[in-house]
Amino acid sequence: MPFALDGVKVVDLSHHIAGPYCTKLLADYGAQVIKIERPDGGDPARRMGPFLKDDPHPEKSGPFLHLNTNKKSITLNLKTELGKKILLDLVEDADILVENFHPRVMPSLGLDYPVFEARNRRIIMTSISNFGHTGPYRDYKMSEIEAYAMGGVMHATGMPEREPIKLALTVEQFFVGNVAAAASMGAFIGALTSGEGQQLDLSIMEMQVGHQDRGIANLITYQYSGQPTFRRSRELFRTIMPNGVYPTAEGYAQFSGGQLAWWPRFCRMIDRLDLIDDPHFTTPENFYNNPEVRAEVEAFFYEWLFQNTKQEAMEKAQAEGYLAGAINTMEDVFNDPHLAARNFFVKIDHPVSGTLKYPGPPFIMSETSWKPGRAPLLGEHNREVYCARLGFSSEDLVRMREQGVI
Amino acid sequence: MMQQQLAGDVLALSDVTVVDISTGIPGSFCSKLLADFGADVIKVEPPQGDPTRSLGPFPGDVPHPEKSGLFLHLNTNKRGVTLDPSSPSGQVLLRRLVGNADLLIESFGPGKMTDWGLGYEELAKVNPRLVVLSISNCGQWGPYKDFKLSELTLYALGGTLHHTGIPEREPVKMALTVIQFQMGQVAAIAAMAGVMVSKWQGVGQYIDFSLFEAQAGTIDRGGINILTSAYNNRQPAIVRAGPDSFRTIQPGGVYPCADGYVQITSGRPEWFKRMLKTLRREDLLLEERYQPFPDCLYRADLKDEIDALVFEWTLQHTKRECQELAQANEWPITAVSTMEDLFTDPHFRGRNYFVPISHPIAGEFEYPGPPALPAETPWKPGRAPLLGEHNQEIYCTQLGYSLEDLGRMREQGVI
Amino acid sequence: MASPRLPLEGIRIVDLTIVWAGPSGTVFLGDLGAELVRVESLQHPDVNTRGQTRIPKAALEGGGGGQFPKRDPGDRPWERSASFQYSGRNKISMTVDLERESGKEIFLRLVQKSDVVFSNYAAGTLEKLGLTYPVLREANPKIIMVYFPGFGLSGPYKYFKGFGTNMEALAGLTALRGYTDMDVTVNGSVFQADAAAGAMGAFLTLLALHHRNRTGKGQFIEMSQAETTLHHLSQAWFQYAMNQRLLDPMGNRDGAAAPQGVYRCSGDDNWVAITIEDDKMWATFCDVIGRPELSHDPRYADIVNRYKHQDDLDPIIAAWTQDKRHYDLMHLLQGRGITASAVISHREIFDDPHLQARGFFKQVELPGVGLFPHAGPVYKMSKTPLKEPHRAPLLGEHNEYVYKTVLGYSEEEYQQFVRDQHIGDTYIDLLPKPQGVSP
Repeated sequence: MPFALDGVKVVDLSHHIAGPYCTKLLADYGAQVIKIERPDGGDPARRMGPFLKDDPHPEKSGPFLHLNTNKKSITLNLKTELGKKILLDLVEDADILVENFHPRVMPSLGLDYPVFEARNRRIIMTSISNFGHTGPYRDYKMSEIEAYAMGGVMHATGMPEREPIKLALTVEQFFVGNVAAAASMGAFIGALTSGEGQQLDLSIMEMQVGHQDRGIANLITYQYSGQPTFRRSRELFRTIMPNGVYPTAEGYAQFSGGQLAWWPRFCRMIDRLDLIDDPHFTTPENFYNNPEVRAEVEAFFYEWLFQNTKQEAMEKAQAEGYLAGAINTMEDVFNDPHLAARNFFVKIDHPVSGTLKYPGPPFIMSETSWKPGRAPLLGEHNREVYCARLGFSSEDLVRMREQGVI
Repeated sequence: MMQQQLAGDVLALSDVTVVDISTGIPGSFCSKLLADFGADVIKVEPPQGDPTRSLGPFPGDVPHPEKSGLFLHLNTNKRGVTLDPSSPSGQVLLRRLVGNADLLIESFGPGKMTDWGLGYEELAKVNPRLVVLSISNCGQWGPYKDFKLSELTLYALGGTLHHTGIPEREPVKMALTVIQFQMGQVAAIAAMAGVMVSKWQGVGQYIDFSLFEAQAGTIDRGGINILTSAYNNRQPAIVRAGPDSFRTIQPGGVYPCADGYVQITSGRPEWFKRMLKTLRREDLLLEERYQPFPDCLYRADLKDEIDALVFEWTLQHTKRECQELAQANEWPITAVSTMEDLFTDPHFRGRNYFVPISHPIAGEFEYPGPPALPAETPWKPGRAPLLGEHNQEIYCTQLGYSLEDLGRMREQGVI
Repeated sequence: MASPRLPLEGIRIVDLTIVWAGPSGTVFLGDLGAELVRVESLQHPDVNTRGQTRIPKAALEGGGGGQFPKRDPGDRPWERSASFQYSGRNKISMTVDLERESGKEIFLRLVQKSDVVFSNYAAGTLEKLGLTYPVLREANPKIIMVYFPGFGLSGPYKYFKGFGTNMEALAGLTALRGYTDMDVTVNGSVFQADAAAGAMGAFLTLLALHHRNRTGKGQFIEMSQAETTLHHLSQAWFQYAMNQRLLDPMGNRDGAAAPQGVYRCSGDDNWVAITIEDDKMWATFCDVIGRPELSHDPRYADIVNRYKHQDDLDPIIAAWTQDKRHYDLMHLLQGRGITASAVISHREIFDDPHLQARGFFKQVELPGVGLFPHAGPVYKMSKTPLKEPHRAPLLGEHNEYVYKTVLGYSEEEYQQFVRDQHIGDTYIDLLPKPQGVSP
């Protein structure tokens, strides 16, 4: 099967999470991605744990191995003259250039968009930064938690009595990578028709504000009502049906029910058919927002919960059409029968870290496939790119290494 | 054969612990000598690795940080950790490392360690017996203390480049980085001196090792030449002298032979006789123009005749033949070896001088072996460490950090 | 608390060294406080270290004699030659004829009272004298012997003759140095193997003393100068071991940095050495020499091309340096963060402001002539500073001290040794023949 992005060439200056996830998506669907890493240590993500067997080795970082599948790696020092020259040579022949440096970095190296445009009119330069290339916050520093906070959504996450809380790990940065991939592809397709490339100024803050969760809806709501989205506790949920995370005999499950029309499904789920038509529960004044009736429901709901594992609870719920999902740990995910049946996990081999199971295709296409492939070793493709492609000799390569160019 | 090598497994410096955070050839070669004779040398590299890892040669010319021939050679027998001394967390680690060490070697340049709170006074509080050997270009103070130097410029400053080469041309340096290696050799003496005072008198101290001064005072016949110049109103006795500059009619210098070159040494008058014996021209001494001997050696008009004889002979023999025939008569000739010659040289092979050393990533190569053969405390073959190879062993097992601590330090760039 | 002693204070080292490798090693040991007993022979003048006893007129007329002050050998040239004045400092001198049984006995008595025997005599010499390690160890089980003849004590070249030049040639150094456009026959005048071997010998002595402090055991250490030198040729060795490639001499060029070279300056035979280490330094340098456009010139802007076209830069750089003082250039360039140094010659090294400020030169007496500056401490130890150089001994100057105080001979015995021509202060060749010499 061919790959959807066969023939698309990406020069990837990005590092850490957001940029690399963007280019991973492109690489996994067939784009040729040349990842440019700094000679001294490479992408800082190589220092991110967890590491295979807790050995903090630059070729054994789990996040790095995952984020950089199917890419080639070359080392290049952009502060040297030759480094800049080589980058321009690579861009001349490429479709997309992705970078996530602070906005002052590329211009300070004499490598801003006009320079690239002059070499290659069609190049798409995807620039991901914290706050965009302009504005009063341009130079502010940001990590996952600040991004989520500035986006306006964190304020509504958590319990009212407590401080707002972030989501897990670095999911927002992965999200940013996703958006960046879409944006890059959009501009690329535009360039195919118009013959003109452009620079994309992607601000993480704006991506949070505009896209996170129901961000836009909440903004509009605020304008309508003057009310911000706020942190809600379970007690504020309006119906008597379970809505939220509940403990089971083994682990937790998430239940989401809200409409009166679903009351029968709930009753069938917990095997209490007698309650389906019981007006004590179904009259509107009791169904909607009655804390005492709610407590009654919770009582027999909990009883049912503790007789089922989370997996059983979920399956029984889903059988009745009630929205529920097991709160899976990574171990659960690892062994999940559904994911296994769909061959979601893929074994990928790596010369230093060995064979591991990786998350597989996030979506499946009928005519073109997803590509399983490993992350590159640091500088693994120096020879291939510099010698075979750009015509340097092996002596040149040694000299470039000694001078810190590569 | 090498029976000295088998005598016991006592290593001369097995009670010495060295922390070597220096980069560059002098510091690394110094600590290699200590490590090869048994010291526990902990090489501390920046998290991205010692820049020497970027220097060739590389097998197949493919640059790889674990395959630099120079690095592999300079760092045999050492353990390797990483840390960033500019970060306070890295400084804490370094202080802990030197707490139990005898010697710290550093080459950051004047004032840097002090800026980081790691100056000698500070470290002496942690470990009063510690010896700190600071290797710098021109010393810790003085008008040139901030000078940058390279192999060529160090050699130039040291006073000897000026008289290396021929008079009609510019002075020319020696090969590769032999000057910096020689500096490492001398630094090893300073290191041992400090360690001995520390071990046997319980007193630590600070050693200011200036490459400039060490060069001026120890390279070639540096000390003698300085004195000679002082004797003669600053007229240096040694100047760039080409093969044409006349001393005596004795052949002296590098001569071409059938398959390369040989080094012929002149100096003592009696060697002239041995030369003639080798050339089967002892009859010349009976001729009148060669009377009296050894005054004839100063007769410039005889030079061409002797040169012709010598060239004729050398060009008919290979370097090994020249060597053998001449040495049989005690006329000092040796081959001008290439590395290829050395690889098969019966003398070095006969002494088992080359030692195969295996490395998990670079593979196995033959390395130059023992520079000396102590009968009781032999030299030890061993490989260079991978980058950060002993982080776990030293930080966790020895210093008590947990694996999580290690992961955290790595993410923060401390190690 | 009493201040700490130099590490080799109280250590007695028997000095059987010749030419340069051995003596240069002893200088390190003397600086560290050892008592170095130079064992000299009245019967065999040490021409390789103290120099010839008679200097032919022809040599002086031919421009030789530089090793003497104002080229004047004086009546006793062996007490003046620069070579021994330098390497003999901090030593004491005794005389004895080792070729006779009685001399051997005296020597072994000295060994009994000593810690180290340090020698680079040619292989076979000590064997002929019957003074090999087993013999010495019998006299003193704790004796340390550091022995470094040119080629070691085994192998086909064991008995080869040669100087440092030969060791270097054999070890591969000679083939690797010199101008790129001339063959290696021009190599001469400066050598590295001797200095390296001497330093290694001193290092080994310290190792052995440390070991003896721990265990009470002496030992025998053999070193081959060529084998020490090869370690310094790491890059060339591995280029061959890894890639079977032989390196050619590179002149003043570096393998990676460019340009690098030595350029003529104003005045007579003055030069500056410059190493441009990276692109940034190159840009600054172009600015300094008033040729900023060169840093953008595609022939020179990046390292691969700059290296290829390095030869074209020589005349440009030389044109800039040729009318300027080398010291001025050094300061100017270093001030801009560029690696450059004057090619200092021994005409001017004494005036170097840095060496002066650092107290590098020490005045040492040459008896009967005056004071001369010696190269001083080559490193600075904060609590046990290296010993100040004391002048070299006259031949046999310390015979009394050694024979009587150290070895415990009586006055009568001492006088007998004088009659027997073990003890004296002048070479036998230069004396009228005595009578009744006992074997």
